[in-house]
Amino acid sequence: MAVTDAPKMITSRFGRDDAHTLAGYEASGGYQALRKALSMTPEQVHTQVKEASLLGRGGAGFPAGVKWGFCPDGVWPRYIVVNGDESEPGTYKDRMLMERDPHQLIEGVLIAAYAVGCAQAFLYVRGEMALAQERIAAALNEAYAAGYVGKSILGSDFSVDVVLHWGAGAYIVGEETALIESLEGNRGMPRLKPPFFPAAKGLYMQPTIVNNVETLSNVPWIITHGGEAYAGFGAEGSKGTRMFAVSGHVKNPGVYEVEFGVTTFRDLIYAPVYGGGIRSDRQLKAFIPGGASAPWFYEEHLDLPLEKVAVDKAGSMLGSGAVVVMDETTDAVKACLNVVRFFAHESCGKCTPCREGTTWLERILSRIDDGYGRSSDLALLMDVCDNISPGIAWPPKQTTICPLGPSAVSPISSALQRFRPEFEAKVAAATKARADAVAVAVDVRTAVPHG
Amino acid sequence: MARFTPENETVAREILSRYPVPKSALVPLLHLAQEQDGHVTRDAMVHIAELVGVTPAEVIGTCTFYEMFKMEPVGRYLVNVCTNISCMLMGSDALLHHAEERLGISAGDTTPDGMFTLEGVECIAACTEAPCLQVNYRYRTNVTNESFDSLVNELAAGELEDEIPPHGTLARIRQHIPADRAAGVAPPDVNRVPVWMQTAVADTESPAGSEAN
Ligand SMILES: Cc1cc2nc3c(=O)[nH]c(=O)nc-3n(C[C@H](O)[C@H](O)[C@H](O)COP(=O)(O)O)c2cc1C
Ligand code: SF4
Ligand code: FES
Repeated sequence: MAVTDAPKMITSRFGRDDAHTLAGYEASGGYQALRKALSMTPEQVHTQVKEASLLGRGGAGFPAGVKWGFCPDGVWPRYIVVNGDESEPGTYKDRMLMERDPHQLIEGVLIAAYAVGCAQAFLYVRGEMALAQERIAAALNEAYAAGYVGKSILGSDFSVDVVLHWGAGAYIVGEETALIESLEGNRGMPRLKPPFFPAAKGLYMQPTIVNNVETLSNVPWIITHGGEAYAGFGAEGSKGTRMFAVSGHVKNPGVYEVEFGVTTFRDLIYAPVYGGGIRSDRQLKAFIPGGASAPWFYEEHLDLPLEKVAVDKAGSMLGSGAVVVMDETTDAVKACLNVVRFFAHESCGKCTPCREGTTWLERILSRIDDGYGRSSDLALLMDVCDNISPGIAWPPKQTTICPLGPSAVSPISSALQRFRPEFEAKVAAATKARADAVAVAVDVRTAVPHG
Repeated sequence: MARFTPENETVAREILSRYPVPKSALVPLLHLAQEQDGHVTRDAMVHIAELVGVTPAEVIGTCTFYEMFKMEPVGRYLVNVCTNISCMLMGSDALLHHAEERLGISAGDTTPDGMFTLEGVECIAACTEAPCLQVNYRYRTNVTNESFDSLVNELAAGELEDEIPPHGTLARIRQHIPADRAAGVAPPDVNRVPVWMQTAVADTESPAGSEAN
């Protein structure tokens, strides 16, 4: 099994109890990358991140260095917004980074702001994460006092405030344009892209870089060791390492930083240092490779490398680094319904195919699961899916404003294709129960003495 | 009920001072109101509208979008059991059912003594430690029926007051930017090249297009 000895790039301080304090951070090399960056030009810093080919870790996997170059010339101020809204079912890594190593994130934000020329930074932490908010507030207070944040950072001409902002419970706010709406004090509903690509028209309609917590936490390592060294780890299409949360029916659920490309799903689920295999040595039924939005994978996908290009080609995505493992005892209909219910509940309601469609998908799946399914329901499910995501293809097309709607299609197209007999059995049982009930009713009304 | 107390109004003004556009402070201020009163009161929303310079309707509009804001009183302890896929696979349905029986209420309800409100919630980012829950947004992971019962007993006996403040309080440490360290807000309508970018920008742009200071 490929368990590589690639360095821990972002979780290196997780063993230290004091990593969240400035003293602990400085004692383990903290803020040296910022010093180094300030001795370079913004352009040189940007070049290092481009050479690293650092992919975004929030879900879409877009290269950060390329994104940083999208801000239009001559339009100032630029802002940077950190996406710490982590709420995709199965996903657990950003909270860990914020709680255990907040200074690493702050240092990454500062370096990004320096490279891009952002005049103000906003660190948007999910509302439900009280400890992360506390740790970041404390870290910022210490960093300001020590001269790492604010006016004339480390005596240079680089000045930027990093403002801690916090949400109030809404998954959709993780979508970058909704995040911006929320940061403007509005209901967190996505904007239409185009024209509202944040790098061009973001916060207050100004150029805005939105990056995920894990993405920016990689930046100090890249500056310390160089983009080329970073790109020396991982695979062709995915450089460096990545945090994966392995949850569900494994022996050792946990969050693991592994090298991209060299490690496979089989390693992640079965290697003793990672998932350790399926609980009670049962058989694998299915796994979700990249968070609730991702189409499901099965036995035959286990040997795929953890690498964007390969996983995309196989029909799913690494998404938010969440691997959810289901063993053979899992009820496919219930698992599917659970994921769909999430999206139905979290639909912001701005566009009809998503608002109405996800609601209907949940209702139809519920009645199938509750034993009231109809034989036409399976076709109806696919029909509603097709209205949200025409063709039900991968990557998905959408009739919606944002990708949340199509996300609800993934679990259905997956489960219905692979485990159709389970759906059919529930519908058949319901149909039979109904027929029996009708037969009894008819018997009573038309009862005539026999024989 | 309550507008902001003078102390909280000071905190509110400090929060406001960090944003180039005041309306951005709405969500943090609604949290402050909820921290003060346990839920978001109408008077607090009116006060926030005055401080921010928007209409009360806009404040309500934002407030009602977000799950965490409660416009009616809830229990002193809000118990949120995660029901999403990773937790479901590890038995969260049974846990939520047990919680309902132990507290004697259905999910969504509050106990008559006002101590507990129970909710089934979406993923709280502790999926590898399932099943899990939060009490006033403080985590309990790998929860069993037994550990749930002792949690409820400890909460009822007031033994966790230090760790878990009453509903409404999130972080107990606030950000504070000292005046002499502040870089200052960046208003969206001031088209100015940041100082440290000026040489870089001068290479690619005509300086006439920007009002460098
Ligand atoms: C419905 C939806 C929810 C999302 N939730 C998150 C989230 O919680 N955290 C996150 O970083 N990105 C999330 N994203 C992705 C963001 O829109 C955006 O791509 C990302 O923050 C960009 O940062 P990155 O390039 O560093 O990954 C979500 C996207 C969608 C469509
Ligand atoms: S797809 Fe759903 S979540 Fe996205 S904008 Fe439309 S209604 Fe809102
Ligand atoms: S699914 Fe329960 S914490 Fe993520």
